[in-house]
Amino acid sequence: MAIGETAVQDLAKESGQKRIVNDLSIQVATVNGSGSQSANTVLLRTIFQMGVPVSGKNLFPSNIAGLPTWYTIRANKNGYIARKKEIDFLIAMNPETAREDVLALAPGSAVLYDEPLNLNTLRQDLTFYPVLYDKLVASVTTDAKLRKLIKNMIYVGVAGQVLGLEVPEIEKAIGKQFAAKKKAAELNINAARVGYEYAASSLTKADPYYVQRMDANRGKIIIDGNSAAALGAMFGGVTVVTWYPITPSSSLCETLIDYLKEYRIGPDGKATFAVVQAEDELAAVGMVIGAGWAGARAMTATSGPGISLMAEFTGLAYYVEVPAVIWDIQRVGPSTGLPTRTSQGDILSNAYLSHGDTKHLLLIPASVSECFDFAIEAFELAERFQTPVFVMSDLDLGMNNWMSDPFEYPEKPISRGKVLSAEDVERLGGFSRYKDVDGDGIGYRTLPGTDHPQAAYFARGSGHNEKGQYSERPDDFERNMARIRKKFETAKQAVPKPVVEDAGNKVGILAYGTTHWAIVESRDQLREEYGVETDYLRVRAFPFTEEIEDFIRRHEVVFVVEQNRDAQMLNLLKIEFPAELSLKLRSIAHIHGLPIDARSVTDEIVGRLEVKPAPAGKAKAAGRAQEQR
Amino acid sequence: MASTPTSQNPQKTNRIGLTVLEYKGGKTTLCAGCGHNAISERIIDAMYEMGIKPEQVIKPSGIGCSSKSPAYFMSRSHSFNGVHGRMPSLATGAVLANHKLIALGVSGDGDTASIGIGQFVHLMRRNLPILYIIEDNGVYGLTKGQFSATADIGSKLKTGVVNDLPAIDTCSLAIMLGATFVGRSFSGDKKQLLTMLKAAIAHKGTVMLDVISPCVTFNDHEGSTKSYKFMKDHDEPITDVNFVPAFEEIEADYEPGEVLDVTMHDGSRLKLRKLEDDYDPTNKAVALKRLAESKERDEILTGVFYVDTKAPNFIEMLNLTEAPLAILPESVVRPGREVLEKCMEELR
Repeated sequence: MAIGETAVQDLAKESGQKRIVNDLSIQVATVNGSGSQSANTVLLRTIFQMGVPVSGKNLFPSNIAGLPTWYTIRANKNGYIARKKEIDFLIAMNPETAREDVLALAPGSAVLYDEPLNLNTLRQDLTFYPVLYDKLVASVTTDAKLRKLIKNMIYVGVAGQVLGLEVPEIEKAIGKQFAAKKKAAELNINAARVGYEYAASSLTKADPYYVQRMDANRGKIIIDGNSAAALGAMFGGVTVVTWYPITPSSSLCETLIDYLKEYRIGPDGKATFAVVQAEDELAAVGMVIGAGWAGARAMTATSGPGISLMAEFTGLAYYVEVPAVIWDIQRVGPSTGLPTRTSQGDILSNAYLSHGDTKHLLLIPASVSECFDFAIEAFELAERFQTPVFVMSDLDLGMNNWMSDPFEYPEKPISRGKVLSAEDVERLGGFSRYKDVDGDGIGYRTLPGTDHPQAAYFARGSGHNEKGQYSERPDDFERNMARIRKKFETAKQAVPKPVVEDAGNKVGILAYGTTHWAIVESRDQLREEYGVETDYLRVRAFPFTEEIEDFIRRHEVVFVVEQNRDAQMLNLLKIEFPAELSLKLRSIAHIHGLPIDARSVTDEIVGRLEVKPAPAGKAKAAGRAQEQR
Repeated sequence: MASTPTSQNPQKTNRIGLTVLEYKGGKTTLCAGCGHNAISERIIDAMYEMGIKPEQVIKPSGIGCSSKSPAYFMSRSHSFNGVHGRMPSLATGAVLANHKLIALGVSGDGDTASIGIGQFVHLMRRNLPILYIIEDNGVYGLTKGQFSATADIGSKLKTGVVNDLPAIDTCSLAIMLGATFVGRSFSGDKKQLLTMLKAAIAHKGTVMLDVISPCVTFNDHEGSTKSYKFMKDHDEPITDVNFVPAFEEIEADYEPGEVLDVTMHDGSRLKLRKLEDDYDPTNKAVALKRLAESKERDEILTGVFYVDTKAPNFIEMLNLTEAPLAILPESVVRPGREVLEKCMEELR
C-alpha cells in the first residue's frame, strides 16, 4: 500500500528524544452532534486491534447538538484503563473550547488543530500539528452535508500517521463501524487516507508518543456496560422488561430489545418476552412488581431521579416479598444534577430505599463482565429471596466502551426459588405464605393461576400475619419484620463475595464499582513511587459479608474510596458494622462528574499517610508508613 | 355470615361444578350498606354464573375502601392490594406475566381519578385485557370524607363544604383514550350491574366500568350527587343491557334495528337495546357527545356506552407467545451457548 510506505518525518527520533510507547491519553475536543463518535470509536478500535490495552470515555453534555464534548482514549501497555488526568495528545476540533483546552495541557503534550485557529501562538512548550481541514475535506467530497462528518475521519488519519497507527487496522475499524453501509465505509476510508497522506507529506513528528503493536488483546471483546447488562439479562431468562427513558440507562433497555428480538422469538414467531415503555418510573417498577408477583423474571433500568420515584413501590416489593430487578445506572445528583456524568451517589439511598424499616440487596459491578454476570445473578437472588435487587452500575461503566475477556456462559441452571406447585399445595394440605418453614426467613409462595383451591394468598402492603391475612397485631408485625430481616442475614451467604488482595499490610483500600480501575493503578503508583504497600478489598454486594468486617479488623487504617460527596459507602459500613471498626475508616470521596483517576487517589493517600517519594529502587516497606490523623 | 351474601342458591352448582360459596371471600369490614359490598356480591354472582374458575382470576387493587374489597370476594383467587393509585401498573405486569388469567382490577374514585390518573389513562391506551372497576362514591372514605375528583360541581359534603371543581368523567376519558368496553352502572341496580359484569368478563380488552357506589357514612346525604336517593332520581340508562354467554342457548331475539348484537371474543353475545334512537355504542364520537350532554342535563347515564371487540389488545400487540411468560422453561428463555459465542464474536 502506497501510503504505508510514506512516513511522517520523525524529528523526535532524530533528536534522540525518548520515545513513549503505548502509554498515552488522547483527547478529542469537539461539539456534540458533530458526528465525531464514529471517528472516535474508529481510533479506539484501531488501537484495540493493534493489541494495545485501551479504554475510551465520552464526556458529553446533556444536549443534542452544539455543546462541548470530550472523548478521551487511553492506551496503556500495563493495562491501566482508568481515566488519566493528563492529556498527552489533544485533537482540538471545537473552536469554543480550543483555547482553554490548550492552556490546560502539560508541557510536552501534542495538539492537532485546525490551522485557522492559530493555536500554535498560545504556547511554546507544546508540539503543534496544523491541519487545513477545509482543503482536505474538499478533496474527499463536495457534498456539504457530509463535510462535517468527513472532517472527523480526516483527524483519525492524521492522528493515525503521527502516532503510528497501522493503516489496515484503521480501515478494518472503519469497515466495522460502517458495516451496514458500504458506501459510507468507502467514503470514510478515503477520508482517513487523505488525512494520513497529508500528515506523511506535510507534518514533522516532534512529540514522543507512539502506538506500537502488542499482543495483549487476544480474544478480547469491546462492549459497554449497558449492552453487557442487556446480554446478561437475556441469558438470565428475563421475560418482562419495563422502562422509562432516562440517561444513562436508556441504552440498556434499547440494546436488550434488539437482542431479544434477535434471539428470543420462538419457532412460532411469537415473543417469549414483553417489553413496555412505561409512562414513568412509577409505572415501570409497578409493572416489574406485578410481573414478579405473577411469576415473570422482570426488570427495569433507571437512574437517580427514577430511583427516587420508585421508592414507594420498592417498599411494597420488600414488604410483600416480590422479586424485582432494578438497574441503577448512576449519574450525578442531587435532583437533575449532571445527567450525563458519572457518580456513585445512590449507594446509601438505595440500600435503605423507601419509608419504614427496609433494606435491599445491592450488586455492584466494576466491569462489563460483572454487568453480564450480575444481570443473571440479580434474577437468581431476587427470586430466591423474594425481594427487590438493585444493580448499581454507573454512567462510566454503562455508557463507555470497555475491553473484556469474552463472557462466560452461565453454568448454573435457572432457579425460581421457593415456589409451590398445585401438587405441592395438595401434598402439604395448604400453606402459609409468610411462614419461616426452613429457618432462613424465606417463605414459600404460589403464583397466580396455580390450580388448587388453597393456592391463593392475599398479597398486601398493609400489616399481615403468616397467612397473609390483614393484621395490626403487635406480635404479628414484629415477627414478620424480624423474619424479613432474617432473609437479609441469609443473603449474606449468597451474594457475591468481595474481591480481596491481602498480603498482610497495614494499610487497606476499600472501593467498589468503577472506582476499582483507579485503585488498581493507584496501588502500583503507591508501591513504585512511595514504597507504600497496600491491601485491597472491592465490595461487590450489600448486605456486607464477613470478609469485609475481617478486612477492616485486620488493617490499621482503611481508605474507603468512592465517587460521591458524603462518603456513602463509608457511612453504610458504619451503620452495618460495630462502632470500633468505623474508627479505622478514612474517606476519599470525589465527585465532579469525571471518572475518578489514580493520581488523585494516590496523592490523597500519601498526603494522609505523610509519606515522601521513595528513592528509586529503595522503596520503604509499606506498613511502616504512619498515618496522620 | 362469613362471606358477602349473594342472590344464588348455595346448593346449586354452576357449569364447572362449583357452588356459589366457593366464590366467597372474607367477612367484609366496610360499613353496613356500603355500595362496595353490593358490587362484591355482583362480582361473585357474575363469576359464578359465567363459570369462571376462581384460580384463574387475579384481583389487583390500589388503596382505599374500594381497594380493600377484593378481600371480601373470591378468596380462592390471588389478590394484590398494592399502593395508592398504582393498581394499573401492578395489573399490567401481572397480565404480561400470565395472560391466561382474568384480571379484575378494583379501584376507587380517589385511587383512580386523583393520585392514580396518570396510570389510569395509560392503561386505557394499551387495551390491556382487564376488567377495571371504579367503585365510585365521590369521596375519600378511609380518611373520613374529603371530596375526590369525581365529585360533581355543587355537590355538598356533610360538613356543608361545596365542591367548586368540575368532575373528571372517567368514562369519557376511557373512551377517548382507547378502552374497548366502557360503561357505568349503579351498585343498587342488581340486574344491570350483573349483566354488565358478565359481558365484561367475556371481553378480551380493557373494560372500564364506573360503578356509582354510595358511601353511606360520608356521602349519602341531601346535597350529595352520589347518594342512593340522587341515583334513583337521576339514573338514566342509555342502553338496556342483555347478555347471553357462549354456553347458553340464544333466546328469542328483539326486533332488528332496535338491538345492537355484539359477538364477544368467546362467542357470547352482548345485546344492547337502544333506549334512544340515535345512540350508537360502537361510535366513539356519539358516545362522547352524549356523555357531555348528560352533564348539562343533570343525568347520570348508565349502561354500556361504548364497545369495540375488533381492536387488538395489548397481548396481541406484543405478539406474546401462547404459554404464560411466567412459566416458560429455561430451554425457552435462556438462549444456547452458540448464541453467546456469536454475540461475543460480533464484539471482537
